[in-house]
Amino acid sequence: MRTALQNDLAASSHEDALLKRIKDGERELFYELVQPYERRVYAAALSILRNEAEAEDAAQEAVLKAFKHIGQFREEAKFSTWLLQITINEARMRRRKQLAHAMEPIADQPNEDGEYIPRDFADWREIPSETLERHEIRDALMKALAMLGEKYREVFVLRDMQRLSIEETAKILDISTASVKTRLLRARLMLRDLLSPGFGGGWTTKLSFAKGNKPWE
Amino acid sequence: MGVNCEKVWRESSNYLDGDVSPDLRKAIEEHAQGCPRCAAVLAGLKNIVQLYGDERMSEVPLGYGQRLHRRLNEDMLPARRGFMGWMVAFAASILVGGAFEVAKSASVGGPERVSQHSQPADRQIPSDLRVLVSLGGKLFHLPTCRSINNRASAVAMTAQQAMRDGYTPCPRCLRKYLRVV
Repeated sequence: MRTALQNDLAASSHEDALLKRIKDGERELFYELVQPYERRVYAAALSILRNEAEAEDAAQEAVLKAFKHIGQFREEAKFSTWLLQITINEARMRRRKQLAHAMEPIADQPNEDGEYIPRDFADWREIPSETLERHEIRDALMKALAMLGEKYREVFVLRDMQRLSIEETAKILDISTASVKTRLLRARLMLRDLLSPGFGGGWTTKLSFAKGNKPWE
Repeated sequence: MGVNCEKVWRESSNYLDGDVSPDLRKAIEEHAQGCPRCAAVLAGLKNIVQLYGDERMSEVPLGYGQRLHRRLNEDMLPARRGFMGWMVAFAASILVGGAFEVAKSASVGGPERVSQHSQPADRQIPSDLRVLVSLGGKLFHLPTCRSINNRASAVAMTAQQAMRDGYTPCPRCLRKYLRVV
């Protein structure tokens, strides 16, 4: 049986071979190269843009950009890291355009180094994974995520949803590993707080965090 | 080692990732046993990570992969043009070539700029100047420039290539080449 490391090595040498053939002119092989990362590209774009149609468009654009600039890809980097960097840039550029007429989420506190005090819910009720079968539960979780500030959302999506390492997340976002850890801590705590109170009393019909003074709800 | 609540909160995320020393791990666990609030924080975080890490949370829209492939295909099309395609391309290139000749005689207009913010160069930027372009950005920069967005993904090229691709000079590092309006 092959170990995970052997699998990784085999995958990366397959990728290297693909890259070489694409650069030599077999452009249609680009499909095969990108395919394993398609979902990640979309998720990264969605984490910034928070709109499915916009995210899909940005994802397409990012993949096209990668295709057009494949000759400039330096092979000391990982292809997936490079592709996601392009995606993040593309999404941020679109986000800047959106911002003119959008409201910033309240959770975007400027001082990320400041202490975040988790709210006191001593009776955390576990949200069972089986409930994810239900559409409204997934929606509620996505809604909570959308309330985080962009810099927390980016880190959380790459690290906890796409399961990238701290180091890779740092590289993609061009920030330090210490920043990744700080933002991740903050993102996780904020999500817990946003989701905590609801699970006692039927929050699937009305989210408790939507009751407060949040004008966009 | 004893820890207080603040320390537990600060380390809760690292604890979850297995990124704390054995001593700290033990201290956190001992503290949580006697502290319902911290126990709830740790349980809550664990649950959050489990839920959001579930594949069902990362669904892509229906048909996403197909639409992506179709768009890529459209873009690759020029490389796989059939005979008629080449004829059309040939005719178009004659037209475009002609248009360039006309344009050259009329003015020295460059390609369409990606950014509206910077103005065309007043003094000539040396065409072989090595510059950096970050993908998704609109400007090209000197390698020493501090305003390069996402430097890690920036690619190097000559100023001439950057301008041909529609990038415009960075108003900070390439200021001396820009006309002030």
